[in-house]
This record gives sequence, C-alpha cells and structure tokens, in this order.
Amino acid sequence: MNKKYFFLMIIVCLLFSVSSTFAAEIKIGGVAPLTGHVATFGISTKNAAGMAFDKVNAAGGVNIGGTKYLINYIVEDDQGTPEIAANAFRKLMDQDEVIAIIGSVTSSCTLAGVPIAQDAGIPVITPTSTAEKVTQTGDYIFRACFIDPFQGSVVANFSYNDLNARKGAVIFDNANDYTKGLAEVFKATFENLGGEVVAYESFTEESKTVDFSAQLTNIKAANPDVLFLAGYYNAVSLEAKQARDLGITATFVGADGWDSSELAKLAGEAIDGGYFCNHYSSEDPRPMVQNFVKEYSEKFGQTPDALATLAYDAALILVDSLERAGSTEGAAIRDAIKAFNKEVVSGQITYDENRNPIKSAAIIKVEDGKFVFHKTVNP
Amino acid sequence: MLKKIFLLIKNYYKFIILAIAFYVLIEMLNGTIPVLPRILTRYYMQILMFALINIIMTVSLNLINGFTGQFSIGHAGFMCIGAYTSAYFTTILFKASNMAYFPQLVLFIFSLIMGGLIAALAGYLIGLPTLRLKGDYLAIVTLAFGEVVRSIVRATDEIAVFFENIGLVRFSETISQLSGPRGLSSIPALSKFWFVYVTTILSIIVMRNFIYSTHGRACLSIRENELAAETMGVNTTRYKIISFSMSAFFAGVGGGLFAHVLRFIHPDNFSFIKSIDYLIYLYAGGMGSITGSIIAATGLTVLPEFLRVINFQQWRLVVYPLFLVILMLRKPDGIFGNREFSFLIPKRKEDH
Amino acid sequence: MNKKKLSDTLNHNISIYNELANWKKYLIISIITLFFLSLYVMSFGLKSFLQQLINGIQLGSIYALIALGYTMVYGIIKLINFAHGDLFMFGAYISCFLGNYLIAQNFRFPFIVVLLVSMIITAILGMIIEKVAYKPLRFKPRLAALITALGVSLFLENFFALSPRDVPFPINKIVFGPAFLPFPALIADQTYNFAGISINNIRILNITVTILLMILLQYIVKKTMVGKAMRAVAFNKDACLMMGINIDKIISITFGIGTSLAAAAGTLFALNYGQLQSPYLGIWPGLKAFIAAVLGGIGNIPGAMVGSYLMGISETFATSINSNFGYGIAFVILIVVLIFKPAGLLGKFTKEKV
Repeated sequence: MNKKYFFLMIIVCLLFSVSSTFAAEIKIGGVAPLTGHVATFGISTKNAAGMAFDKVNAAGGVNIGGTKYLINYIVEDDQGTPEIAANAFRKLMDQDEVIAIIGSVTSSCTLAGVPIAQDAGIPVITPTSTAEKVTQTGDYIFRACFIDPFQGSVVANFSYNDLNARKGAVIFDNANDYTKGLAEVFKATFENLGGEVVAYESFTEESKTVDFSAQLTNIKAANPDVLFLAGYYNAVSLEAKQARDLGITATFVGADGWDSSELAKLAGEAIDGGYFCNHYSSEDPRPMVQNFVKEYSEKFGQTPDALATLAYDAALILVDSLERAGSTEGAAIRDAIKAFNKEVVSGQITYDENRNPIKSAAIIKVEDGKFVFHKTVNP
Repeated sequence: MLKKIFLLIKNYYKFIILAIAFYVLIEMLNGTIPVLPRILTRYYMQILMFALINIIMTVSLNLINGFTGQFSIGHAGFMCIGAYTSAYFTTILFKASNMAYFPQLVLFIFSLIMGGLIAALAGYLIGLPTLRLKGDYLAIVTLAFGEVVRSIVRATDEIAVFFENIGLVRFSETISQLSGPRGLSSIPALSKFWFVYVTTILSIIVMRNFIYSTHGRACLSIRENELAAETMGVNTTRYKIISFSMSAFFAGVGGGLFAHVLRFIHPDNFSFIKSIDYLIYLYAGGMGSITGSIIAATGLTVLPEFLRVINFQQWRLVVYPLFLVILMLRKPDGIFGNREFSFLIPKRKEDH
Repeated sequence: MNKKKLSDTLNHNISIYNELANWKKYLIISIITLFFLSLYVMSFGLKSFLQQLINGIQLGSIYALIALGYTMVYGIIKLINFAHGDLFMFGAYISCFLGNYLIAQNFRFPFIVVLLVSMIITAILGMIIEKVAYKPLRFKPRLAALITALGVSLFLENFFALSPRDVPFPINKIVFGPAFLPFPALIADQTYNFAGISINNIRILNITVTILLMILLQYIVKKTMVGKAMRAVAFNKDACLMMGINIDKIISITFGIGTSLAAAAGTLFALNYGQLQSPYLGIWPGLKAFIAAVLGGIGNIPGAMVGSYLMGISETFATSINSNFGYGIAFVILIVVLIFKPAGLLGKFTKEKV
C-alpha cells in the first residue's frame, strides 16, 4: 500500500521535473506572490512580464551576440513572505540557473532576496519595490518604479500649486514602507512650500484594516483642503467612501497605488474628482501604450494596473539590455541595464547612479469613474 | 573532571555518532568533502538551515506545550525578540561584517546568547502573571503577547521620536536604526551551516537533559495532573515559569539564527501565522516527543519546497492544511505520539 | 434536596457579598475611565468624541456578531473553531454573488433574501465541516481538534483564494480568486447628519441586527428544548448519552446556528464596507472577535457582547490617538483583564474539584 504511493510519487516527480530543453534558450526568473494575501498584485506582474516575453519569443527570440535565444520565463511563488522569497531566489539561481530575475513585488520580499542575487552576481530588476534600501543593497539591483521621494513631492507640489490647497491631510499605512515613505515626503514638501499639514493619520496593515472612521473623524475635525490617500486602490476606495460618508469635502489626491480599473468599481462616485500621480496615462496616444493596454485587456480581461505596467516595463528593459550586452554574463547585463536609455510604456527611462529610474510622471484625474489625463510632470 | 566527560560521552555516544555521521554525509553531498558529485546546492542547504531552525523552535515549543502541558501560541513573539536583539548586536552596535573571522564568531555567539536571554526575560515577565491562567485563556494571552511585541517593533520610529524629545539622542538614534516597519536589512550572513547544525544539536541535548532531570519530571507531573502535582509538593508556578523561560530562551536563539540566515528581518516575519506554523509542526510530530518535533519540523519545512520543485506550486498552500487535517484525523496524537527514538532516551542507572 | 437549595442560596449570597466588597475596585476603575474620557473630550472636542463613540459601537457590533457564533460553539463543545472567521468570509462571498444575481434580475428586496440564503448555505457548510473534521475527534485529545480546526481554516482560505486561471476545470468554477470584489449595494446608502455627527443607515441596521440576533440566541439557549439540550451537552456529554439526548444532532445544530451567525456577520460586514478584499478577509475580524469573546468570558453570550463593544470602542479611541496604539490596545486590554479576572469579565471562575 505504502510502497505503491511511494512509486506513484516518484513517477509524478519525474513527470514534472523532466523539462524539455531547446537548443537555444535562456532562462529568466520571476519572483512574485502568486498565492497568499497579496496574490492579486503578484498575478498581474506575472501576467504582464510573461506577456512581454511571449511577444519577444513570437518574434523569434532575443538576439544575443548574433544568436537568437528563446526566453524561458520561470516564475516562483513567494507568498508575500520574506523567507519564502529567499528560497525562491535561491531556487531560481541554483536549480534553474537563470541569468536575471524580475521581482519581487513587496519591498520586504525583495529585500530578503536581493542580497543573495547580489552575492551571486545575478542582475535583478524589481518592478514595484519602492523602498530605497532595495537598490542600496548592491550594483546588480535595479528597479522600474519611482522611489517615494519623487512621487511624494510631485503630489505635494501639485496640491499646493495647481489645487491651491493650503491645508493638507494625510492618511497612510504605517506598517507599509511604500505608503509611509510617500506620507513623510508629502508632509515635508507641503510644509516647505508654505502649506500646513493639519492632520497626519496612520493605520496599521492594509490587509487587516477596513475601518478608517477613527482616523477620518480626526481629519474631518481638522477640515483640510486636500486629503492625500497614500495607499493601494483597495484601501483608497474604502477610505474615500468612509470619508464622504463622514462628510469630508476635501479633494482626494494620491499616488500610483491608485492605478487600477478596479478603483472606480470599488469606490463608486466617492472617488470622483480625485487626482493621482501615475507612470503613464492609458489615454496616451503613443502606439506602445495603446498596444500594451489593448493586448493586456484582450488577454486577461481587465485593463492593466500600475503593477502590470511596471512589470511589463521591467521585462522590456531586461530584453533590450540583453541585446545590447551581447552576452549572458551578469556583469555585462548589469552594465547594459545601467546604460539603458529608451522609451517604454511608462515613458523615457534612464538610470541614475543609485540605479533608480529617472522618468516623468503623469497626473491623472478621476472623472465619472474614468481616468482622464491632466498634465505631465518632469523630474 | 575527565571521568565526567567520559560519562557524558558514554551517555550520548549513539546520539553524537549519529549527529556526526549525518553532518559528514551532508558535507559530502554538499561538495565540501569532495568524494561525491555535488547534489546539495545552496538552495537545498538554505532549506536545510531553515529546517534546523524550525527544529529548535519546535522542540522549544514542545518544552512548554508538550512537556509542561501549558498551551502557549505566541512563540513567534520570542523569536522576534531574539532576532532583533542579536541583529542589534551584530549589525548596529558592532559592525560584524568588518571583523576578522574569530571575533566575528565570538560576537555572534554572544549576540545569540543575549537574544536568548532577553527573550527568556520577556518570557519570565509575561509568564509570572499569566501562567496561572488555564488552557485557552493562557493561549490567547500568549497570542496577544506575540502581537504586542510585533507592534512595539513596528513603532520603533515613534519610540525613537519620544526618546529624542526627552533628550536621549544617542539612544534614540540606535533605536531608529532598527527601522521598524521598513525592516532591518544588511544583517551579516553569520549563520553558516555547521554553526546552525551544532547549535541545533546542543539545544536538543540541553532540552532533552532538562526533560529527563528532576525539574523536567516536575514539569511532566504538571502536565499529567496539576492538582495532584501540587499536592505532592511540586511548586507548580515555579516550574511552569522555568519551563516557559527556557522555551523562550531557545526560541530567542532560534530567532537569532534565523535573522542571520535570512539577512533581513521584518516585524511581519514573526506574525501570528508563524506561531501557528510551529504549533502545527509540534502537533503533527506529537506532543511530548522530541523525535516527533524533529521529524515533523524537517518534513513540513521541506514539503512546501518539494512541491515547488515538482512544479506544484499553486497547490502548496492547499495541500499543506489538507495533509494536516488528514494526519490529525488518522493519528490524533501526532505521528510519534509521545514515543522517542531510543538514542534520545537516557539509560536507566543500573547501579542504584 | 432542601439542603442543596439552602447551600445554593447561601453561596449566591456570599458571592453577592463579595461583589459588594469589591465596589471600591469598580469605583476606581470607573473614575480612571472617566478621567481618560474627559481628557479625550478636552483635547479632541465633544463632537469628535461622540462621532468616535458611534464609530466604536459600529465596529463593536461587527465583532459582536462574529463573537456570538464563536462563543456559542465554544460554550457547547469547548472547541476554538478557528475556521469561524473563514465561514464568515464564505458567507460574505455567497452574499456577494447572490446579491449580484438578484440585482441583475431586478429583485425588489434583495437584502433579506440574500441574508437568509447565505446563512443557510454557510450553515450547511459548517455542519459538513463538523461531520467530517471535528466529529471523529470528539472523544480524542482536545488539542487535536484545535489543530484540525486550524487546518480547516487554512484550507478554506487558501482553497478559495486559488486563482481560477491556474486551476483545472471543476475547481475553477468554485474558487473565488484573490482579487478585490465590489460588494453590491443591497440597500441604498443614506447618511444622516445630526449637528455635524453623521451616521449611516447601514450602520444603524448593523447595530439593530446584532442586538436582535443576540436576544434571539439568548432565547434559544435559555428557553427552548434545543437550548436546554445544548446546555446539557456542554455540562456533561456522557450523562446526556444516558438521558437519551442525541449528542450528534445537538452539536450539529449548534454548529449550524453558530456558522449562520458568521454568515450574517459576513454579509453585514461586506455591506457596510462595500468591498471583499480576498478570501483571507476573515482572519483578523475572526481573531479580534475571538479575543472579544475571551474578554467577556468565553461561552457566555452577553459576555461576548460586552467584550465586543468594549473592544470596538477602546480600539476606535486608541486608534484616533495613535494607530500603533490602536492595533495593540486590544491585546493589552486582554492581558490586563485576564490578569485580574482570569475567566473574563462575565465568565465564572470555577474552582477545580478533586
């Protein structure tokens, strides 16, 4: 009885582990939370990066030093947990021997994985980890997203100059470095400009908090002109609804965490009239943007959110750098990424000396549940 | 003295031989001793290290849950204290990454012991008032303790501001370097395989000795029947606290090792979910069985990664609880119940 | 017989006497509470205070609905049903799908139908879980059942969170997927304003339903035959068997009622916040509600209410001061209360008899 199971198990293992290898193939790893609490973010990054690589393969593969290679994109699940992310990075490097990694989504998972990649000399592009420490780990680590200081100051400048706000309020998640970073920079910039931050409220852990009325009551008492909702669209929609219910009339502003077609569905009319800072506008007439939006919506039945866009960009950056590097050596790829200067979906990107992208931001307005392009802000 | 050492070796020779043999085998497969082709890559070594740490954690949880019969489910809280304390010593207070090999090792051992001691102190302080609670009430208080620890770590920024305001600038700086919700990164990778292995073996030996000592017997009597134990003159509160603090000490050591394997710690590493994991390892293996804890902790650490390697990854989180439920229905006392491998049970002294 | 009665009355009188002797303690506690409340009013203003009080009561009634089911199941079979939070999630998702369907059909009063159907479906799931996972362990070590409950809980949330795109045919129709879902507006949202203090009709509904369900539950447990049987099962299972009470049936009914309460809580919760986050959404409300139940004295129905409201209100006030404080306060209050009253606020501390 037991023996039978054992043999069955071995056969199953063999079936799964025999992977058909092509003659000219390179392996690129991906780490993303495919299960667990933040799975929905991980799945969009996996889908978008996978779509980019599929397109390259359909066109015959990536041209490295004269040979065309097909890309084998292997995605490992990190469950949104740092130690599992460390295992996933190790597995990709040691078992699959990938030449570069795209990942992970949350900053804490990325921070657990990047020291391993740095030691092994494998370049990593994280699509969405905004924590500054990520790229400080070493010279093999890059990112595709803004860092918090840039976005926070864009939002603060826009609120002060364009919306003529003098009294600002902030609500953020103090257990999440992305929203915490945004809130700190917004506060500092807004006060430097001469405005006053009348309420600076936090909550703990987005995944566990659904009731923001305690913080919003404080904000209402302070009567601000703008309310900065720093966070991802799920929390933002709850905050916006509850704020309007409590009778807060301030204009809502936010950052790229808002970017999802789900936002308007979840928040309804509460979010109308809000502004947020984003990487690109889906209305942008550039063919690259329009093709991406169209293909993604056709393939996955929803418009791409910010995470999907960034993962797609990370994949494009990596493919282009591979072609320019002309080699699959870690150091060569690293140098090629460093020298990247091209247009991707979120605009023209170059890298600064800390391996953070320099790119422009778009301000988007929410009107009747639609995202309408408002203006561009250059760094 | 010599006689004592001789006795010690005599008592443990089976266990020690087994431990050394296993170590040599691992090093052979790992390519350090170049006899066999390298089968264990760094990926497998990393999983093994996590498994060893989980063994320390599970056996130490067994001490309080299995052998003393007190239901504690906040073990990750002690792990968190240990991890942050030892990382504080090696990363913030002294920069271990700039040191030579030997002082580095000494510092690491010192930081692990400090992590363990601080965790034990926390265990003592929390155990003193709460260990008189029974069963589920104690469980929920320990759970609450774990969460309080986590929210304190997360609030380090606010705490730093507070200390700065009352004038302790130097202290406030070191606290803010723990960097609360952003997670503490760039911890030196001091947990080498041999070190984790030796620490695990030592911890198992110490805990095993405790269980088979007079004190351990007192703990067992509390588990079997607290009232009867008290009637027989066992100071139940004292023994509960001893076993609780000891359990916390080893959880702290485990946390320290964990921090230096992962090189990055975050308060969310040590959530309620983590405590539940250890609870599951413990009960799957069998309460009151060190063997069970060792086997289950290893097996259940490896299982999810095994499912990853055979490309079954989206089912991992489903297979794991299903396995647990079936195991509990088939074997409600865990795999091993309270049986042990013979090499873990000391010989009866015949001369008495 | 008479003797027993006499000693009972005596014991009762003694306990009243003890309570009276403790009046100083209660006075001190209420003075401290009043002091902090007035401090709060002074620094935040009366309007904020009243608004926060309403927010707290609202949060408390969500906890209370979950805690009622928790405490009921615990009271009868002494099992911490960790899967309760996941049944709460299940109920919310069922209501979401059903509500969407009914609204598409232009159904007139979807709320009542959705609530009842979701309660019934979830109750059936709860009873199945009890049959499959808990019943075989009824006379086994209690902790084995607890670990099984944990396993069931992890299974439910992880199974329903599977992404439909990644799993084969029959399963991809059942699973919910990890994405955020908007919850249909079963009741038109209306906000009332009284002198700057706003309250929402859904919140009022929430509080009303909670109180009604508590009264109903108390009635069932205290006045009906089933309730009598439940209490008997809680007291002594072996004696019940001898008295011809069908334990399996009674426990099954208990689970059914407990889980249907979880479904009701889930529906109201989702209606209130208008969003389903993911199949993991039950974990934290479930845990908080469990803490509230322990705080009030687990197994005690009014205790669950008191504990929940105490927690909801204190959490809201603490959060408005500092969010980390708000996160930890539930746990701190719990530790403090249990140190002074080891069986919870309304729980009876039973001396062990040899």
